[in-house]
Amino acid sequence: MASDRNWTIAPAGDCCLIITFGQRVDVHINERVHGAAQRLLQAAVPGVRDIVPAFTTVSVHYQPECFAQDGLPYDHLCRQIEALLDIEDSRGSGLTVRTVDMPVCYGGDFGPDLPEVARLCGLTPEQVVERHLASPHRVYMLGFLPGLPYIGGLDPQLRVPRRSKPRIRVPAGSVAIANDQTCIYPLESPGGWHLIGRTPLALFDVRRAEPCTLQPGDRVRFVPVAPADLKGSP
Amino acid sequence: MSIDVLKSGALSQLQDLGRWGWQRYGVVVAGAMDPWSHRCANALVGNADTEATLEMTLVGPSLRFRHALVMAICGADLAPRIGSRPVPLNRALVVRAGAQLDFGPRRAGVRAYLAVRGGFAVAPQMGSRSTHVRSGLGGLHGRALEKGDVLPVRPTAAATSAEQTRLERADCARLHPAGPVAPRIWPEGSLRVMAGPQWGLFGEAAQAAFVGAGFRVEAQSDRMGLRLFGPALQYRHPFDMISEGVTLGTIQVPPDGQPILLMADRQTTGGYPKIAHVASVDLPRVAQCAPGEVLRFESISLAMAQHLYLQREQAFARWRASL
Repeated sequence: MASDRNWTIAPAGDCCLIITFGQRVDVHINERVHGAAQRLLQAAVPGVRDIVPAFTTVSVHYQPECFAQDGLPYDHLCRQIEALLDIEDSRGSGLTVRTVDMPVCYGGDFGPDLPEVARLCGLTPEQVVERHLASPHRVYMLGFLPGLPYIGGLDPQLRVPRRSKPRIRVPAGSVAIANDQTCIYPLESPGGWHLIGRTPLALFDVRRAEPCTLQPGDRVRFVPVAPADLKGSP
Repeated sequence: MSIDVLKSGALSQLQDLGRWGWQRYGVVVAGAMDPWSHRCANALVGNADTEATLEMTLVGPSLRFRHALVMAICGADLAPRIGSRPVPLNRALVVRAGAQLDFGPRRAGVRAYLAVRGGFAVAPQMGSRSTHVRSGLGGLHGRALEKGDVLPVRPTAAATSAEQTRLERADCARLHPAGPVAPRIWPEGSLRVMAGPQWGLFGEAAQAAFVGAGFRVEAQSDRMGLRLFGPALQYRHPFDMISEGVTLGTIQVPPDGQPILLMADRQTTGGYPKIAHVASVDLPRVAQCAPGEVLRFESISLAMAQHLYLQREQAFARWRASL
């Protein structure tokens, strides 16, 4: 079985290890990442206290004292993970794909960087919005802030580097692009991406049973709305 | 039962061992910067490790105890006193109703931890009482203490009349005059590190400088991480990293070559190359380093780091059982 594995495990300090599934941002690699994370979450291994899927990796945070029965705790946990993921490999990911509508008010005060993005791309602001709406958006991971999605699938024509000078305060709900991705800021925070719009949806609410609106693997369909629909937005 | 906050101090927050289990949603772990001192303070008053303590940074708060209660302070020596009498560290104490706890000029370390018997009565959010200010989670109203706050404590904190007789005429007394005392774990010397996944990305000169030179803790350091200044650690070639998980003690190096040692309020993922990870047993020392101090690193194996970790856990369990 070991020779068939297309992932590797390496330590990240004495309480964490990282499982790597590939070396590029790619939807298929990312699906395997989330399938493996799901499998590890379901296994609920005692002593594992966090499972963090990213673009190409799953980080597993653990308490060494729970794996100290024989030999090195790291080796002990690796064996358990290998056994779990070998089953996973034979089963396929089984990840359910949802489509989530995300209302956005593009441009104006809500998307102050839209004209700049249009200029950098050699398009009109309207064309930027059209291409953004038409892109096959897919959530790769959540990170940086609670509920913040990194969304791949951006139209290559809209590829712009990050702003040379990050903003100190990006308003909550801001929809922003940089490189080949879109993100949405769930809370007011610093940020270096280009703001093209804003959503009235709360992306994170600790009072909900499922606190995050978006999950890895979700397809995202942006839906344009008028500024009036953002009254009382986050 | 409660404690009045007369002055907030520089940064006083409720912390426990962190909000684990939610990093996949981007939720920051937070938790005590020095978990060892946090656990010692809890153990001295008979609490589980998981109760929140008050983490007090550099300049302590002023607190008035509305009721006689049992408490302990561990970690940094921020010169605690009640009236003109110094308050001993690392011991269970009984304090009189109405007593006021103040702090003076910092003597050693950066962060002190105050535990009350039974714990602080704030509701956990996502399984933890740890304060994380940016996301507004945990602690008292999701923020650091402010003047005028009232810190609720559980009724089990109340000192019994037998315990109060310890006070005689004083405002504060040792609950057990002969001990026990929390063990100290701040040895001098280098911080022990394991090579990180991108160790090989750094040139020989950078690798040699990392374990040979000293790195000064910069003033911009905070609960997210310690910003370090030393010889620039250059990559062998430009490197475009794909963001992945980071952890407590990760040392990442942005393109300017100045390392950042990630601590309790670190982000869940990071996109800078990781040159090394500090061994968990040495992280409490990192939490007690003030700006201007110089850190040195010494390489050890993962096997050694986990051996030291298990040894430390056994020592803690033995000490705790002796209480």
